[in-house]
Amino acid sequence: MRYVAPASVAEVVALLAGDPDARVFAGATDLVPQMRAGRPEPSVAIDLKRISRLTDVSLTDGTWRIGAAAPTADLTANAALAADLPGLVYAGGLIGSDQIQNRASLGGNLCNASPAADSVPSLVVNDAQAVVAGSGGERTVPVIDIPTGPGRTSLQPGEFVVEFLIDRPPPSTSDAYLRLIPRTEMDIAIVGAAARVSLDGDGNCSAAAIALAAVAPTVVLVPAAAEALIGHPADDDALAAVAAAAAEAASPIDDKRGTIAYRRQVAGVLAKRAVLEAAGRAGNGGGR
Amino acid sequence: MSRTHVSCNINGDDVEFLCDAGESLLDALRDEMRLMGAKEGCGTGDCGACSIIMDGRLQCSCLVFAPEADGATIVTVEGIADGDHLHPLQQCFLEGAALQCGVCTPGFLVAAKALLDRNPEPTETEVRYALAGNLCRCTGYDKIVRSVLAAADRMKEEVAG
Repeated sequence: MRYVAPASVAEVVALLAGDPDARVFAGATDLVPQMRAGRPEPSVAIDLKRISRLTDVSLTDGTWRIGAAAPTADLTANAALAADLPGLVYAGGLIGSDQIQNRASLGGNLCNASPAADSVPSLVVNDAQAVVAGSGGERTVPVIDIPTGPGRTSLQPGEFVVEFLIDRPPPSTSDAYLRLIPRTEMDIAIVGAAARVSLDGDGNCSAAAIALAAVAPTVVLVPAAAEALIGHPADDDALAAVAAAAAEAASPIDDKRGTIAYRRQVAGVLAKRAVLEAAGRAGNGGGR
Repeated sequence: MSRTHVSCNINGDDVEFLCDAGESLLDALRDEMRLMGAKEGCGTGDCGACSIIMDGRLQCSCLVFAPEADGATIVTVEGIADGDHLHPLQQCFLEGAALQCGVCTPGFLVAAKALLDRNPEPTETEVRYALAGNLCRCTGYDKIVRSVLAAADRMKEEVAG
């Protein structure tokens, strides 16, 4: 294996175009364990962390740009980002330990394509767009279109994610993410649920998005849960409908971390609680 | 395969070493630099026994490719004491019996130092979260957490005194 640390996106594109076995990485928090578990090592490990565009986090013209290789610790430390997108920042802060969060990135979490990836539902409910670079130039793709199954993405050979674009949420809008694990830290989601809620002047939901982790081969957006909320306050009736829609949308597997029935029920409970948390913050003005 | 040349600063010394591209920084520290403090527990970033501070960030050195260290400033457990004068964390770990076999101890000390560097007066909850990435299979965590809190108190007294 070779190691290279290019200084530009163009250099990465050229390296990937010339070698199908080359692979980009940020924190290597998935890459190294996979190599240790016997997966073939890449011919070239391309370190993205020396490209400032890949590690910068900035707000420009009402849009957050989050470098795909920015460590999630940098998101947690960014008070303005945490005010605008508290659910996303919280999700990033749930991934592994402090040691891991100093290396792990949103780009890696998305492209490793684990169904249980904690940051992906929050990216989805905030309608995050991924800027993808390849030999044909750059294209912008909704994050939800990138994972296609466990360990698989829609990225074409030679492509990689450069950054995420998230429009700054409007006033009276907020998000939340909740995860169930058997302990408080250092585990993989049995179920995760993200919600984003906008409230109008009467306290009714004017817009909503709910997405689930670890209950299907990819992140699941639950439009029926959003529809159940819109036009209503986040009251018991609306929340019961959200929970039912989330449980219905979940198609989990049985494994050592949870059964199908348990995961379905928890998907509903977490979706409901995530909506309540997001609506509570939205009612206080959101990040504005 | 030709080996990669790395220049970095470790514990205040400018050093150079040769490594393989896929070698972990942990292996380079131990095998090339003969710094045996950082330990390999899991090799996959779960146990924290290999914790180091690189460019101000606490990291598992088993997840770092050694060539990534080029140009970096690294602190390992060997760099925590001031000569023969133990760091308050080390002193409090000794006094508080916060170790038995000792394999996890360098990682705990480095992780605790990273915490106190950014938060000199942590609560017990903050200590427990900050050390969640470090596993100990001997002592349980109470003595470790109490020792970190004691070190924070002692450092505060030293500053005040």
